[in-house]
Amino acid sequence: MKPSPFDYHAPADLDEALDVLARVGPDGGKVLAGGQSLIPLLNMRLAAPAHLVDINRLTELATVEAGPGGVRVGALARHATVERSTPAAAVQPLLGQALRLVAHPVIRNRGTVVGSLVHADPSAELPAVLALLGGSVRLAHRGGEREVAAAEFFTGPMESAAAPGELAVSAFFPARPPRSGTAFCEVARRHGDYAMAGVAAAVTLDEDFRIAAARVACVSVGPIPVVVDVADACGGRPEASADWAAAAAAVRDRIEPEADIHATADYRRHLTGVLAVRALRGAAVEAAGEEGT
Amino acid sequence: MNHPITLTVNGVVREATVPARRLLSDCLRHDLGLTGTHVGCEHGVCGACTVLLDGEPVRSCLMFAATADGHEITTVEGLAAADGTLSPAQRAFAECHGLQCGFCTPGFLCTVTAFLRENAAPTDEEVVEAISGNLCRCTGYQNIIKAVHRAAELQAETRADKEEGAR
Repeated sequence: MKPSPFDYHAPADLDEALDVLARVGPDGGKVLAGGQSLIPLLNMRLAAPAHLVDINRLTELATVEAGPGGVRVGALARHATVERSTPAAAVQPLLGQALRLVAHPVIRNRGTVVGSLVHADPSAELPAVLALLGGSVRLAHRGGEREVAAAEFFTGPMESAAAPGELAVSAFFPARPPRSGTAFCEVARRHGDYAMAGVAAAVTLDEDFRIAAARVACVSVGPIPVVVDVADACGGRPEASADWAAAAAAVRDRIEPEADIHATADYRRHLTGVLAVRALRGAAVEAAGEEGT
Repeated sequence: MNHPITLTVNGVVREATVPARRLLSDCLRHDLGLTGTHVGCEHGVCGACTVLLDGEPVRSCLMFAATADGHEITTVEGLAAADGTLSPAQRAFAECHGLQCGFCTPGFLCTVTAFLRENAAPTDEEVVEAISGNLCRCTGYQNIIKAVHRAAELQAETRADKEEGAR
């Protein structure tokens, strides 16, 4: 239960970090941010990188910037900081709703939002949030950077579009549109564990309170977060009379859950349908309340 | 390759030279001889190794000592006053039988100390949420929950006494 040896690099700023990554990235260099997912993998020797590039001294990346268009979270912003950010919650409440479900408070003191995205665990909450909202991740390398949309960023279980030598410097979560609401519902064996199934939902109402847009992102039921557009299934009706059963059926049809020690595939599929209705209704009620205020 | 690091542990500046892969938990125990921090699962689940990093509770098994270079750490050894007077959380755990074998206790004490600093009068639900990342295999948690409430009382009394004394 100890990591195997590695070369440790502790760059003092972003330029130095990108230099180091350009050198050691192709040679199996991994970035260490909060370490709350990576260090368990190292301790259990499920991962044994030759180089670790510790970005914890890059305080310039410990930023949470909330603007009218959305929230940009820097690579060193801890879960707890984003969770407690009032400006971020005002612009995109789903961030806080999801972060409360991420592990335990003590883990959230250390883990980072961007690190969770790059780790790309299909059971994790934040990749689902980014996928649902259509956000993006900014990847920097020596001499340039690129912005990768969520739809292209998650490429497989624990696999992202970040190439060797690249550093994810920030992530962008678009703002909640007017007359919209969000919710995140999940079921885990123990509070704080990875979810057996979980659903993030975003609903937008039209001026007559009918459902105009409705999407869900499901965790733990596919290699990457599974985004399903259920607006048509809901039937363009208000929350009270929407066809939630049809929405749940649409979600169940789209996911490909697998069985493991915690749950059968059928149970995960059932659970995801139930959670989708719960999250969609919650989001629709929030959207209606938002309109009322 | 070894890395020289300087940590301020329980108010004392300590230096060590550690391999990069040395976990903070092992650095505290092996290099600095502070064996109050216990190591349980070493993958962040049990919470026994929780210490305060710049005042915030973190898992010392999920951090490299080299990353902690230049930071302030408080371990369970640093919770009591210099004269040995137990902290409110420590007194409460003793009074309420919040421990049996004691293995998980250092982690609970660090977690609870930081929690009560942020929330001086928590509800039952808030207490359960706060300690949800710490496992205890003896007590069944009921007495730990009682102890957290008692610690909040003791902390309030200590503060009131101090204010009285200041007047």
